[in-house]
Amino acid sequence: MTTSTLYPDTLQASRQRRQLQLGLALLAIALVAPFVAYPIFLMKILCFALFACAFNLLLGYVGLLSFGHAAFLGTGGYITGFLLTRYSGLTPELGILGGTAAATLLGLLFGLLAIRRQGIYFAMITLALAQMTFFIYLQAPFTGGENGMHGVPRGKLLGLIDLKNDLAMYYFVLAICLSGYLLIRRTVNSPFGQVLYAIRENEPRAISLGYNVAAYKLLAFVISAGIAGLAGATKTVVFQFASLTDAHWHMSGEVILMTLLGGVGTLLGPVVGSSLVVWLHHVLGGSVLGSWMGTILGTIFVLCVLLFRDGLVGYVQKFVRRNLR
Amino acid sequence: MSNVVLETRGLTKEFNGFTAVDSVDLQVQQGHIHALIGPNGAGKSTFFNLLTRFLPATRGEVLYRGKAIGTLAPNQIACQGLVRSFQISAVFGHMSVLENVRVALQRPLGTSFHFWKPASSLDRLNQRAMQLLEEVDLQGFATRKTVELPYGRKRALELATTLALDPQVMLLDEPTQGMGHEDVERVVELIRKAAVGRTVLMVEHNLQVVSSLCDRITVLARGKVLAEGDYPAVSANPQVREAYMGKEAAHV
Ligand SMILES: Nc1ncnc2c1ncn2[C@@H]1O[C@H](COP(=O)(O)OP(=O)(O)O)[C@@H](O)[C@H]1O
Ligand SMILES: [Mg+2]
Repeated sequence: MTTSTLYPDTLQASRQRRQLQLGLALLAIALVAPFVAYPIFLMKILCFALFACAFNLLLGYVGLLSFGHAAFLGTGGYITGFLLTRYSGLTPELGILGGTAAATLLGLLFGLLAIRRQGIYFAMITLALAQMTFFIYLQAPFTGGENGMHGVPRGKLLGLIDLKNDLAMYYFVLAICLSGYLLIRRTVNSPFGQVLYAIRENEPRAISLGYNVAAYKLLAFVISAGIAGLAGATKTVVFQFASLTDAHWHMSGEVILMTLLGGVGTLLGPVVGSSLVVWLHHVLGGSVLGSWMGTILGTIFVLCVLLFRDGLVGYVQKFVRRNLR
Repeated sequence: MSNVVLETRGLTKEFNGFTAVDSVDLQVQQGHIHALIGPNGAGKSTFFNLLTRFLPATRGEVLYRGKAIGTLAPNQIACQGLVRSFQISAVFGHMSVLENVRVALQRPLGTSFHFWKPASSLDRLNQRAMQLLEEVDLQGFATRKTVELPYGRKRALELATTLALDPQVMLLDEPTQGMGHEDVERVVELIRKAAVGRTVLMVEHNLQVVSSLCDRITVLARGKVLAEGDYPAVSANPQVREAYMGKEAAHV
């Protein structure tokens, strides 16, 4: 999975070829999608997919359950919104960069406080810190409190390309999300990723091999927070709007659902899971079932945990592996 | 006494009033294979945890190469060449056998935080990893997923992974536990080979192994050192016979 020379060449080559084919097919779909579906809807999916991928880097590849990732999504969004509203000369990519940097720093702060805790304690501390962040955003004047932050300008990309055009915006968002995804993919398949893998498999043994596991977990946490912030920042530019919804603990819960539904610890799982959840919101939101949304998502969550431990992508992978060897 | 590589002075561990390790003074000579024996619950594993700071000591100190290491973190102790194994086999189950060894080899490269580099940048370690696997006779398993290995092979892999760090002192906690006769012999030979130029402190229940392999033996009972010496001296000690060998003497 991670290394090139360790598996019999044919098996390795055919797997790589399959992955490349799948990747190209998905890319082709993503490129033509805005001509078939609403670009805004697609961009929403992309942002949440990136958010879920960032979350999955922690849960799936380090084994840490963060219950506070909404704080990073929200921070990315608010800081970017603030920068772009306040400084009219700022181009959108710089605004997004600023929001991402802020989320990364917040991730460092959360990480320093939480990373040495195990299991449920880690989840609880991240939740508590995220709640504090939420209340700060609720009170702080620049966020607009419960009304949200409106009228964030999309501006011109690099000062050249007007992002008011939804199609231009879409391809910009696609480029961002793809870069984020590739960064996560590389992180998992890097020397650093190997150590993370070892830590997840057997932490005491990783320590006894000389690894300072807290430092490795912290770096993973910061990367994850930064990419979650990137997702939030991008989302704000798309919708020209940032709100408390993104920083609310519901959002931290929903990203868990997205990841589990798609398949935790698979690279594409969170993409599939988040697409499904966003689509469900879209379909059910306008219907009579809208008020049942929470119940429906909760039921799916329970079914996932009870029946589809590996998630949709995990399930498909197992099937493919069994039948295509 | 300059050739003492590892020493404890009054090392003590209390768990809520229960003293698991009771002011142990121990000296391990450089180059020795030193056995730590004693009945179950004697405190041997706890003692290992204290040596490597996986547990903080209640009192006393550990000196490694003449320096107190009480302020170091467990991973720093490993970096200084004092490397432990675990009583339960500790391998990375879903990594390949080769990757298990390689993850130990990669730390000196200094790229272990480089999340932007491809994992294939570690491929230059494969050759060294294969050599280590050959030393424990696992070269045929290199590409296998580690969980698929039989128990004895996992323990051999653990040894290869430890050796990948080129440790000065190896602490082995019951390396032959739960093994069949053939596996025991293989592991004993491995340890003998691996111990050349190093120091080994090992917990071992199998007295045949102890007598054939170890230069010196310390007997621990209820957290205290009961006796120490070479095999004939220790096995002749009436207290030891009573506390420990009584049941197992027939085994020898
Ligand atoms: N974390 C712990 N908390 C409380 N008691 C412990 C702990 N670890 C070990 N003990 C106790 O310390 C004693 C020594 O255990 P251990 O070192 O595992 O013995 P050995 O390895 O010699 O069989 C046992 O009575 C055990 O119950
Ligand atoms: Mg023990």
